[in-house]
Amino acid sequence: MSTLTIGIPRPTHPTGLWSWITTIDHKRIGILYGVTAFIMFITGGIEATLMRLQLAGPEQDIVSAAVYNQLFTMHGTTMIFVAIMPLGAAFFNFVIPLQIGARDVAFPRLNAFSYWTFLAGALMLKLSWIGGATDAGWFGYAPLTSIDQNPGTGIDFWIISLQILGIASLAAAFNFIVTIINMRAPGMTMMRLPLFTWMTFVTAILLVLAFPVITVALIELTFDRYFAMNFFNVAQGGSVVLWQHLFWVFGHPEVYILILPAMGIISEVLPTFSKKPLFGYSTVVLAGVIIAFMGWMVWSHHMFTVGLGPAANSVFTITTMLIAVPTGIKVFNWLGTIWGGSIKLNTPMLFSLGFIAMFLLGGVSGVMHAVSPSDAQQQDTYFIPAHIHYVLFGGAIMALLSGIFYWFPKYSGKMFDDRLGKLSFWLIMAGQNITFFPMHFVGLDGMPRRIYTYSSGMGWELANGLSTLGVFVLILGFLVVIHNITRSWLKGEPAPGDPWDGRTLEWSIASPPPEYNFDTIPTVRSVDDWWHTKQSTAQDPVPVGGGSGDDEEHDIHLPQPSYWPFVVSVGILIAAYGVVFNDLIVPWALAILGTFIGFIGVYSWSLEPVNDPDPDTNH
Amino acid sequence: MIDLGIGVSTKLETESINQIYGTFMTFDRLKIFGRLSGLSLLVLATLACYPDQNMSTFFTDGPVAKRQLDVFWWILAGGMIVTVLVEAALIYAIFKYRRKSEDYIPYQTHGNNKLELTWTIIPVILLAILMVPIIQTLFYSANTPDHAKAEYTLDAIGHQWWFEFRYPNPADPGSQIVTANEVYIPVNEPIAIRLESEDVIHSFWVPKLAGKVDMVPSNGNTMWFQADKVGEYFGQCAEYCGSSHANMKFKVIAVEKADFDAWLSHQASKAVEHTDPLAKTGAALFKDLGCSGCHSLKPEINLKSDGSIAKGRVGPNLAHLASRRHLLAGMLENSNSDGSINNAYLQDNLRNWLQDPDKIKPGNIMSSRAQIYTDPNKSLTEEQLSALVSYLTTLK
Repeated sequence: MSTLTIGIPRPTHPTGLWSWITTIDHKRIGILYGVTAFIMFITGGIEATLMRLQLAGPEQDIVSAAVYNQLFTMHGTTMIFVAIMPLGAAFFNFVIPLQIGARDVAFPRLNAFSYWTFLAGALMLKLSWIGGATDAGWFGYAPLTSIDQNPGTGIDFWIISLQILGIASLAAAFNFIVTIINMRAPGMTMMRLPLFTWMTFVTAILLVLAFPVITVALIELTFDRYFAMNFFNVAQGGSVVLWQHLFWVFGHPEVYILILPAMGIISEVLPTFSKKPLFGYSTVVLAGVIIAFMGWMVWSHHMFTVGLGPAANSVFTITTMLIAVPTGIKVFNWLGTIWGGSIKLNTPMLFSLGFIAMFLLGGVSGVMHAVSPSDAQQQDTYFIPAHIHYVLFGGAIMALLSGIFYWFPKYSGKMFDDRLGKLSFWLIMAGQNITFFPMHFVGLDGMPRRIYTYSSGMGWELANGLSTLGVFVLILGFLVVIHNITRSWLKGEPAPGDPWDGRTLEWSIASPPPEYNFDTIPTVRSVDDWWHTKQSTAQDPVPVGGGSGDDEEHDIHLPQPSYWPFVVSVGILIAAYGVVFNDLIVPWALAILGTFIGFIGVYSWSLEPVNDPDPDTNH
Repeated sequence: MIDLGIGVSTKLETESINQIYGTFMTFDRLKIFGRLSGLSLLVLATLACYPDQNMSTFFTDGPVAKRQLDVFWWILAGGMIVTVLVEAALIYAIFKYRRKSEDYIPYQTHGNNKLELTWTIIPVILLAILMVPIIQTLFYSANTPDHAKAEYTLDAIGHQWWFEFRYPNPADPGSQIVTANEVYIPVNEPIAIRLESEDVIHSFWVPKLAGKVDMVPSNGNTMWFQADKVGEYFGQCAEYCGSSHANMKFKVIAVEKADFDAWLSHQASKAVEHTDPLAKTGAALFKDLGCSGCHSLKPEINLKSDGSIAKGRVGPNLAHLASRRHLLAGMLENSNSDGSINNAYLQDNLRNWLQDPDKIKPGNIMSSRAQIYTDPNKSLTEEQLSALVSYLTTLK
C-alpha cells in the first residue's frame, strides 16, 4: 500500500442513503441514471403538456409568450440532454458489463463521477426555472443568446449546465470505450459483441468526438457574454452563422447519439422474442458504424434556408439522402430477423415492433426534408416537430421503453405485469400518433413552429386540437407504465435469471445479478453464446434471487465504494453556480470555492487507500 | 455467393433465401396489388378534398413554390411506397409468425448476403433517380432570373417583430421608398429580393409563392418569387426570433402592373398635411412625445454612397401608415374584404395598440423604450390618445 494515502478510509455502507452516494457498482449507477432520467423525462413532459394546452385552440392565453418560449426551449434541452441521453446511459451502465462478461466498468469511480456530474447539470438546468429559464431555443441561435438580446441568467444557466453535462458525458463515453475494448470476457471478440454493446461503443465514440465541438461553441458564447468578446457579434465582424455550423456539427451526430442505443436495444429484443439470431449481424453492425460516420457529413441540412448557396445545399442534400440507405438496411434486417421466427408479443417486443413502425415514418419524413427544395417549405414548420417526434419519441423513447421492460427482471429481480404493459403500449402507440401525426399536416399548411399563439381562420385548429388531445392519451399511457414499474418492483413475482430464454450473457446469471456479476468469468465461443450454450448442453437452472452464496465469492475482489466522485461533482455544481452568479458579494468567490472543493475531491480520489478486503484472513 | 466470414455456409444461405422468397411467392401477389391500389386511391381521394389554407404549401400560386411542391410529390410518392411495403411486411410477419408453441425453435438463419445486397442497392438507385429533379429545382429556386434583378429588386429587412420593405425610387436612383409589413408586387413578374436583418435571424416566407430564406444579419441572402394571380398572400417569420416571433407576419399583395405603379408613386409622395385641429394637435404630440425619434414620416431613405442600404430608424416608417391594410406586422386588420381601408377599424386598432402595446405584441421595443410607457408620469392622457389616433389616421 502506498504511503501517500490520506486518512479517510473507503466507505463501507452496505445499505442506506450513503451506500447509494458512495456506490461505484455499475448496476446501482445504472439504476440511479435510469430513475433520474425518467424523472427528468416527466418534467420535460409537463413542459410539453403546457405548450399543447396553450396551442389547443387559437389565441389562447394559458401561458404568456415569455413563458411559452421558455417552455419549448427547456422541453427540447431536457428531453435531449437530461432524459433520452441518460436513459441510454442507464442501459449502458447496467447492461454492458453483464453483456461482455465483466465484473464492472473499467473505471468504476469515474462512472460514479459521471452520474453525479450529470445530476448536477440536470439540477442546474431545471432549477433555472426559478428566476426565468433560457428562452433562446434548445439550439440557442446567435444573436438571440447575446447579452444585449438576453441579459437574464437563463442563458447562463443553459450554457454552464450543458458544459457540466458535457463533462459527465465525456467521462462516461471514455469509460465505456475502454470497458468495451478491454474488459470483454475471453473469446468475446468484437464481432461476437451483442448488438447493444456494439451500438453503445459507436455512440461513445460519437460522444467523444461531438461534445468538444459544442464545448468550444459554448466557451465562445460564454466569452461573448461575460468578457465582451465578438465571436457572434456581427457589428464587430463576428458571424452568427458560425454558431449554427458549430452547433449542428455537434447537433447532428447528437441525433445519432440518441438513436443508435435505441437501435441497439431493438437488435437485442427482436432476436430474443423471435427465437432467431439477428439477421445479418455484421451488416447491422456495419450499418451502425456507417451511420455514425456519415452523421458527420450532413449537419448543414439543418441550415438549408440559411443561405449557404445551391452548391452547398446540393452536397448536403445528397449526403443526407444517402444516410437513409444504412438506416434502411437496419430496418430491413430487423424485418429479416422476425421473418420466419416464433414471435412472442409481450410488452418489450410490442414496443420494439412499435419502434420499427414509427421510426420508419420518421425516417421517411426525414428524407422529405433532406431534400433542400422541399425543405424550404418545411423548415421551421410543424412538419419538423412531427418528424423529430417520430424519430425521438416513436424511435428513441419506444426503444427505451422496450429496454425498460426487457431488462426489468434483470435489474429489479421481479417480473412486471404483462397485461398492464400491453395496455400502456397501446395507449402510448395511439397517443403518439394522435399527437404527432396531425403535425405533419398543420406544418404543410404553413404553421411555423415555436409560435406561442396563432390566429383563427388559418385552418390550424383541428390539427392542434387533436395534438393536444393525444397528449392526454400519452399521459395515461405513461401513468400505466409508472404504476406497472413501481408496483411490480415492490410486489412483483421474483424473476428467474433467464425469463425470456435470452441469447446474451446477462441472462446467464441471477436476477438481480450479485454484486460481482459472474461467479466465474464466462468463456465465449460465438455470437449469442448463452443461447448456444443452452442449446448444446443441459444447464442447471439459474438461481432465483440475489447472490449464489458460492464459496468462491471470497476470491472476487471488487472495486470499493468512494466518497470522492460525489465530492468532485458537488464542487463542480458550486463552481457552476459561482460562474452564473459571479458578482454575488465577493466577485467569483463561489466559483473559486467550488473549484477548490473539486480539487480536494480529485486529489483525495487519486490518493484514496484501498481497504483490505479480508483483514481477518491476511489474504 | 459472397461470404463475409460470418460463419454461415453457402448451403444455409441458399435455404434461407428460398424460404424468404418463397413466402413472397405464396402470398397472393394480386391481392397485395389490389389492396395497394385501393389504398393509393384512398390517399388520392383524401388529397383531392384536402382544403386550401392561407399558408398552405399544397396550393401554390407562383413558379418557385410550384416547383418545390412538385419535388415534394416525388419524394412523398417514393416515401409512401417504401412505407406501405415495409409496414405491410411488418404487420404480415407479426401475424404470420406469431408464436404458436413454446417448444418450436425456428430455423436459425444468420443472414443472407444476396438479399441484403439487394435492399442496399435498390434504395441507392431510387435515390439517384430522385436526385435529378431535386438538384434541378434547387438551382432553379436559388438562381434569381436576370430580368428580375434588372426590373424589380426589393430589400426586405427583418426587425423584432416586423418587416421593413424598400423599393427603388422611380424618381431618384439614389434613394429608396420605405414601407412596412406589406409588399406590393406586380403580378406575373419575377421579383428579386435581398434579405437583411436589423437584429436577430428572421426568415422570409410566403408559402404560396416560395419556400423560405432566412434573413441573417450581414449575410447578403437573396431570393426570388413571382405571383401568378392578383391577390393577398400570407407571409410569416419562420425563424424563432424572440418573444413575439408568433406575431411577426406580413402580406404580399400582388396587383396589376398599372395598379402597382400607382401604388408606388403614392408611397413615394410626401406624407399629407392636415387641416383638422385634432389631427394637428396629434402631429405636434407626435414630435413632442418623442415618437418621431423612432418613426420616420419621410417616405424615402437615401442609399449609402456605395449603393448599399442605409440603416433606418428603430420603428416602422409611418409616412403612409393609413394606406396599409394591416397594423403591427399583420396582426390587426384595417381593411374591408375588398382591400379598401376602413377608418373605424383603423382607429380602433391604433387606439388599442397605443393604450397597451404589450398586450398585443409582448416584448415590443416601443413599450420598453418610449417614455410614455416607461415613465408613469408621462402616460398618454385620453386627449393625447385621441389626438394621436386622429393624426395617424390621416396618414393615407
